[in-house]
Amino acid sequence: MYGFLIAVGVLLLLSIIWMVYRIQSLVSVVKGSNKKIATGSNKVNAILFVLFLVGTGVLMFWYSIKEFDNYELPVASEHGVVTDGLFWVTMAVTGVVFLITHVLLFIFPYKYQYKEDRKASFYPDNNKLEIIWTLVPGVVLAGLVITGWMAWSDITAPAPENAHVVEIMGSQFQWDVRYPGKDNVLGDYDYRLTSATNAHGVDFTDKNAMDDFPSPVVVIPKGEPVLFKIRARDVLHSVFAPHMRLKMDAVPGMPTRFWFVPTKTTAEMREETGNPEFEYEIACTEICGRGHFSMRKIIQVVEPEEYQKWFAEQRSFIQMNPSLAEGIPAEVKELAEN
Amino acid sequence: MSTASVASHESAHDDHHDHEHHDNFVTKYIFTTDHKMIGKQFLVTGIFWALIGGFLSILFRLQLGFPDMSLEFLRPLLGGWLDEAGKLDPTFYLALVTMHGTIMVFFVLTAGLSGTFSNFLIPLQIGARDMASGFMNMLSYWFFFASGVVMFISLFIPTGPAGGGWVVYPPLSALEQAIPGSGLGMTLWLVAMTLFIASSLLGGINYITTVINLRTKGMSFSRLPLTIWAFFLTAVIGLLSFPVLVAAALLLIFDRSFGTSFYLSDIYINGEALPNTGGSPVLYQHLFWFLGHPEVYIVLLPALGITSEVIATNSRKPIFGYKAMIISMLGITILSFIVWAHHMFVSGMNPFLGSIFMFLTLIIAVPSAVKVFNYLTTLWRGNLIFTPAMLFSIGLVSFFISGGLTGIFLGNSAIDIQLHDTYFVVAHFHLVMGSASFFGLLAGVYHWFPKMFGRMMDEKLGYIHFWLTFVGVYMVFFPMHYIGIAGFPRRYYSWTNFEFANMYTDLNMFVSAAAIITFAAQFIFLFNFFYSMFRGRKASLNPWRSTTLEWTTPLHPGHGNWPGEIPAVYRWPYDYSKPGAEEDFIPQTVPLSATPESNLPHEQEQVKLEMEIMKEEEEVLVANESKH
Repeated sequence: MYGFLIAVGVLLLLSIIWMVYRIQSLVSVVKGSNKKIATGSNKVNAILFVLFLVGTGVLMFWYSIKEFDNYELPVASEHGVVTDGLFWVTMAVTGVVFLITHVLLFIFPYKYQYKEDRKASFYPDNNKLEIIWTLVPGVVLAGLVITGWMAWSDITAPAPENAHVVEIMGSQFQWDVRYPGKDNVLGDYDYRLTSATNAHGVDFTDKNAMDDFPSPVVVIPKGEPVLFKIRARDVLHSVFAPHMRLKMDAVPGMPTRFWFVPTKTTAEMREETGNPEFEYEIACTEICGRGHFSMRKIIQVVEPEEYQKWFAEQRSFIQMNPSLAEGIPAEVKELAEN
Repeated sequence: MSTASVASHESAHDDHHDHEHHDNFVTKYIFTTDHKMIGKQFLVTGIFWALIGGFLSILFRLQLGFPDMSLEFLRPLLGGWLDEAGKLDPTFYLALVTMHGTIMVFFVLTAGLSGTFSNFLIPLQIGARDMASGFMNMLSYWFFFASGVVMFISLFIPTGPAGGGWVVYPPLSALEQAIPGSGLGMTLWLVAMTLFIASSLLGGINYITTVINLRTKGMSFSRLPLTIWAFFLTAVIGLLSFPVLVAAALLLIFDRSFGTSFYLSDIYINGEALPNTGGSPVLYQHLFWFLGHPEVYIVLLPALGITSEVIATNSRKPIFGYKAMIISMLGITILSFIVWAHHMFVSGMNPFLGSIFMFLTLIIAVPSAVKVFNYLTTLWRGNLIFTPAMLFSIGLVSFFISGGLTGIFLGNSAIDIQLHDTYFVVAHFHLVMGSASFFGLLAGVYHWFPKMFGRMMDEKLGYIHFWLTFVGVYMVFFPMHYIGIAGFPRRYYSWTNFEFANMYTDLNMFVSAAAIITFAAQFIFLFNFFYSMFRGRKASLNPWRSTTLEWTTPLHPGHGNWPGEIPAVYRWPYDYSKPGAEEDFIPQTVPLSATPESNLPHEQEQVKLEMEIMKEEEEVLVANESKH
């Protein structure tokens, strides 16, 4: 059915094009317009540019204002407020340039459309103008770059000592989360130790690994620095937490990191968005294969007290699966049991 | 053998007409060494690939815009890539995205644009009989053709074509276990790209040599049309950056087939720990983007060159700031090599590098801005004739502005954290690089069609084509900015898994519908192109009343371009509407001494020198005549 409809559509389209073409070329021969430098179409095109300017301008402003709450994701991290600020400053600066240049670009065709009795002005160069419009963008861009650079330096600076460490590991097609336990130090890992029971490849002969525990969701406290230690097990992935304005590739063989301070609990965000089901999410933004579009992980931001309570309740890998501790030296094992 | 005959044309200039060599079908249309025919070969092949690339994008836009639609009617074409419900396979979706990118960037906008117009215009506009090496030029096309054949075959193999994105980052592209397309499909991709690079290099060496060595008398670098400057610099960029992609590909081949670990490290996949350690996927990204970023300018500069020419001609005004245009192109050329890592701000590379590349990246915005202002000033107080080529050029400037400005967001690493790999990026590069270059290509075709085929394309169809495409492109890519700001990631088969991205089904539907209409509008062009080739109105010798050399050739220039002497050049290519001159253009071949009424003071001084040179030449000519 579809095939038939499409065939008919294509056929119709082709015949219309053909007819329009034949009619207008015959008309133009009759009118002798093919001898002229500029025909009546010149004026039509000039007017269309102005119509395009007005039409799309109105459409753009209308949609941008109407949809603002939809495309502007609420921000929930400290640095996110900064980068969003930069984003909107850049939007303002480029927006002005966008409007001015486009008004000129589409008004000029109307204003200076071909007239037989007029001659274009011979205006090959003007060094003063050239220098001005080299320097002005230069200065404006320098301003944008420097503010951006300051923000970037802060964001990528080493995490504070007291940051809560969470390891996020990407694999086809899921995120696995590991917490360092009470010592706040993640145990070593070796990808060769990976197995069905040890998805993270944790090296349980390292005493730091004894209290490490997994979690099905990322739980983090509000208002305190959190350090994501990011790695990948098979191919590239990328941790993207849109509300946190956070993104960092997960690279096999090269651990990466990103630290931030969440500013709103999930509960607060539910209230703010009016969506009782709201969850912070992590998505993958580096193409990783068939399931690339389905690597979802939930982040729960909670009050610090609640976080402490949750943290204390978690059971470590070893407690959940004592067989992992087989073959581990006795003194290390003792640590695990405490 | 044809190279030899070209050379003999040059030595035996006076009895040219007598031994116009007679090509048979094969030497004229297939294994031709005539730069004009090679240009046309590139063009037609480019159009073929553009249709395929465009069609692939329609397929995945159907998935994104109408996720519940059954594509059963495409089963004869897609076969097993549809599931029982008639939905696209997610793996095949990635393959579509990958192939769309590869085809459009390399086959259409590099070979189809630069290949077509560098070949066609360089000898014609600098006054040369052909390229420096016609044979190498022929090889360049046939390497490209072979590359296309390999890529085309990869579309039909059971495991599907490469599916790791057009950037083919390892480990995904190195491991067959990770995605089926990384098996044979990826091998074919690598073979095709290697052939393609060979083609680019053969072409590029030719363009550079020709521009440097074969300019006609008087055609100094300061009198070259901006098109030639653009093609020249494009070839330089290609020559310096493409080999790096070969290196990247070679290491990838080693990793894939010979067990090395350049890019692979610490991988556990499909229940198996691979032996590779010590490699770095980020190394590949550096190598890839060392080509990848200059590639953007390889695609864009020829389009900007074509636009400069078309806008000046149809504004009946000299291009504003000829020197500034050259300097900004030079600036772009140099800077294009030192900004690559802005594609990698969140790749895990050292953030300090990120800072450096952010500074360098935003510097490149300055020459781009200068170009835009110069275009605007060229339009200002012009006498504008809206030929289809002119419309597409104005459209190009609009896309260049829209897409260029969003580059300022993405070049800023702090802002890029959120926007990286979202639809904001998709919108950005499709406007500034994809659509702008595509419009440059179309502008070039409309403008030089009379020179290519001796006939005119239909203007009205050109107008309809322009307006549908111009509005269509904005309707496709402008909404993507909103989708991107909302955080929708690229290369997603569907967004319904995520709460933050489960809206905008309506907007995506709109985008897909706009894409289908825009794609359909290209058939107007196709019809116009092929119909006009045979049945179009006969063109006059200089239909746009342009100043450059190509319009001094016969309507159907033979191999060798000018039947007699190659004309000498006496002035720059932008003497439009010169005060005092009778016509609103003075061709480059008109000596300054012939136009005392319109010469500027400094040109008046050159007249004396010019007279002396002409006199000397006269003597040489006379001496030659008497020898025979």
